[in-house]
Amino acid sequence: MQTKRTIFGNKGLPYLLLAPQIIITCIFFLWPAAQAVRTSFLREDAFGLNFTFVGWRNYTRLLDSPEYLNALKVTVIFSVSTVILALGVSLILALAVDRMIRSGRAYTTLLVWPYAVAPAVAGILWWFIFNPTIGIMPYILENWFGYDWNHLLTPSDAMILVVIAAAWKQISYNFLFFLAGLQSIPNSLREAAAIDGAGPFKRFWTITLPLLSPTTFFLLVVNIVYTLFETFAVIDATTEGGPAQATNILVYKVFRDGFVGLNFGSSAAQSVILMGLVIVLTVIQFRFVERRVTY
Amino acid sequence: MVENQRWLDYLAHAVLICGVIIVAFPVYVAVIASTHGPTAFTSGTIPLLPGTNAVESYTGVFQGGIAAQMSVPIGVMLTNSMIMALAIAVGKIVISILSAFAIVYFRFPFRVLAFWMIFITLMLPVEVRIVPTFQVIANLNMLNSYYGLTVPLMASATATFLFRQVFLTIPDEMMEAARIDGAGPMKFFRDILLPMSQTNIAALFVILFIYGWNQYLWPILVTTDDSYQTIVAGIKRMSDVVDSEPLWNSIMAVTVLAMLPPVAVVIFMQRLFVKGLVDSEK
Repeated sequence: MQTKRTIFGNKGLPYLLLAPQIIITCIFFLWPAAQAVRTSFLREDAFGLNFTFVGWRNYTRLLDSPEYLNALKVTVIFSVSTVILALGVSLILALAVDRMIRSGRAYTTLLVWPYAVAPAVAGILWWFIFNPTIGIMPYILENWFGYDWNHLLTPSDAMILVVIAAAWKQISYNFLFFLAGLQSIPNSLREAAAIDGAGPFKRFWTITLPLLSPTTFFLLVVNIVYTLFETFAVIDATTEGGPAQATNILVYKVFRDGFVGLNFGSSAAQSVILMGLVIVLTVIQFRFVERRVTY
Repeated sequence: MVENQRWLDYLAHAVLICGVIIVAFPVYVAVIASTHGPTAFTSGTIPLLPGTNAVESYTGVFQGGIAAQMSVPIGVMLTNSMIMALAIAVGKIVISILSAFAIVYFRFPFRVLAFWMIFITLMLPVEVRIVPTFQVIANLNMLNSYYGLTVPLMASATATFLFRQVFLTIPDEMMEAARIDGAGPMKFFRDILLPMSQTNIAALFVILFIYGWNQYLWPILVTTDDSYQTIVAGIKRMSDVVDSEPLWNSIMAVTVLAMLPPVAVVIFMQRLFVKGLVDSEK
């Protein structure tokens, strides 16, 4: 690992400098993670007094339980839709701003601020707009399309609501990175293609999109992590996993089973599975950052 | 642009105007709702034009006690959020810049191990280790305290990597010159490294302030006492009423107040914000 050519010779000082970070990491990160792994192999009796070692039982039970498989399915639907929506909309917006010469900055300012809105607040805002009795969207859907919107009863409506809220919050982030990616593409490439007779759409598919692939891939990983974990607040502030488990994503189920259901063994096993997932995603992200994919 | 195609320009403007409207619409609705009285929400749809009750809505939430679920005056929550956001931002920066300094400018046993331990925190977001972390906080008596709210969130791999990157780009000659002039490590850190990383610190501060302000799960876990409630975590409780319709004008007033500080930071410090965002993801 890289250091400086010359270094300071002090023996104790570096440990002192690292101490706060390492202490916090050990107490609040590594220890709880180790506890989660340990608890995932244990089973608590009804009074919470005795623990018995049950091996992989907590895991096999999970994979057999229809509820967990349902949460898995819900998570996949939720993540894929949110990622596609958030990436698609922000790419279109970034392409449009990239065309602008004078007004680009003004549009950028108007588009980036939702980054600062907390996921929980984003949830509340869309919850209000889609409120079945007084919300503006159900009113429009009812009168223009004859659709009776009710996310408190209809599972698919609830899913659409959380996807919109989660994607809305992420658009500004993706937009900024797409815009930076677009602006780093040399204009000469596009000009050369234009001279060869390629129209704007052909240029987008054959030049812009391939050259944007590192940015897209990076955003893909970041957005997947976002939908898997940070959207906890969106779900909790709006549907709380309902109706009928329709929006009970994996990370929300860990919380529910642990705190409301007090099923520690199962909750810990779910935590461990999620940790495995984050580790895979982080490794992918960092391997990619090490050597950027370019054409 | 490559060629002059007017219709594409018009299309781009149209797309952007639609985009801006979609992005702003929920917040517009919230601001409008907060200017109405509670009766505006009993029938029909959400009003889309400003009302006349703005002053009452906002003074109401500041005084508190409008209804059982809004007993905490909003001033307390705003103060708590501010304390939490500032403490997390400052704490993360201090802790990370010291660790990065140790990792880049010293060679010592377990250096690589320390680096990997910091790296691992990236892979353990709060959400996946909720229950055991809660137990640790409870055992340490850190529930319902500002320490519990802030200290566990101060470890930061991204900030450490960012400062490591910054330090690696600072020329070696700086340090050699400082050493020749007889400066010790801490003097070098204070008089050369800190001033040279000022912009990075400022940019990171903007991002971390927003991060701290927007925390949701953590305050819910750590605080049961209302006097430690933060505003983002508090909103949900206000809209959670079983028997009656929620007091939407007050809830939206609180929502607007909860958004205001971080949004203001992004708008007024846009350059630093963009830099912080791009830097911290590398």
